[in-house]
Amino acid sequence: MINIWDYVISFLVGGFICFLAQILVIRTKITTARILVLFLIIGMILEVFNIYAPFKEFAKAGATVPIIGFGASLARGAMLAAKEDGIIGIFTGGLTASAGGIAMAIFASFIFALIFSSKTKRGGH
Amino acid sequence: MDKDKRNINYNIYVESKVPKTRAWPSLIKAFILGGTICAIGQGFFDMYTYFFPNLSESEVSTCMLMSIIFITCLLTGIGVYDVIGAWGGAGSVIPITGFSNSISSPAIEFKKEGIIYGICVKMFTIAGPVIVCGVVGSIVCGFIGYFV
Repeated sequence: MINIWDYVISFLVGGFICFLAQILVIRTKITTARILVLFLIIGMILEVFNIYAPFKEFAKAGATVPIIGFGASLARGAMLAAKEDGIIGIFTGGLTASAGGIAMAIFASFIFALIFSSKTKRGGH
Repeated sequence: MDKDKRNINYNIYVESKVPKTRAWPSLIKAFILGGTICAIGQGFFDMYTYFFPNLSESEVSTCMLMSIIFITCLLTGIGVYDVIGAWGGAGSVIPITGFSNSISSPAIEFKKEGIIYGICVKMFTIAGPVIVCGVVGSIVCGFIGYFV
């Protein structure tokens, strides 16, 4: 039941998205924050135009793991909640859909920041 | 005033000192690293689908992303992710690991400035714009979904 093709297509599609990003990095010297925001917005646009769902069906984790998938889940959450709950859903939907990822990123970062210290700073002493 | 001339000379000097990213090797490295992270994600996805068959596909996706985010924060903490990032370039930024690293890396880096003004504030230096654009964009999408 583990389908090797899923892994191959995830590798190829995920790799290709990073390949495009690396071209941008080389050509424009774009910063990390800008490149994350850019691909997040690309994901939202794909979701709004209903391109993301078939793309995800095709690319599996190659579509969900890149930040494009994060943008798409924000957009999808807001659009679904807007249809179900009305006006309030417009504002609650996006963060509800992506809450798991954001909460885990903040929680784990906080805990590990308490546990570990910066390696570069330690070397300087 | 030869200020302009000096600026131009300085820019030429900077240009000559900045390490040149050789295009093809870095593109291939980004491809390999990004692809590998996505394949690992697929591995988590299959694992959670196998062990928790009750969960819906989106819940399994969330679990998979949370696992990857947690592992990335741990790798950032022990200093491994910096090495991976230096090797793979954009391949380490575009997957959700890049978002997670952008939160945990400054949090650990600025620990010395205290818990509130160090960890809690600096945590969002890079991830802040991502979350702000994400929330604003999702509300725009929500309006589109509501009226269309």
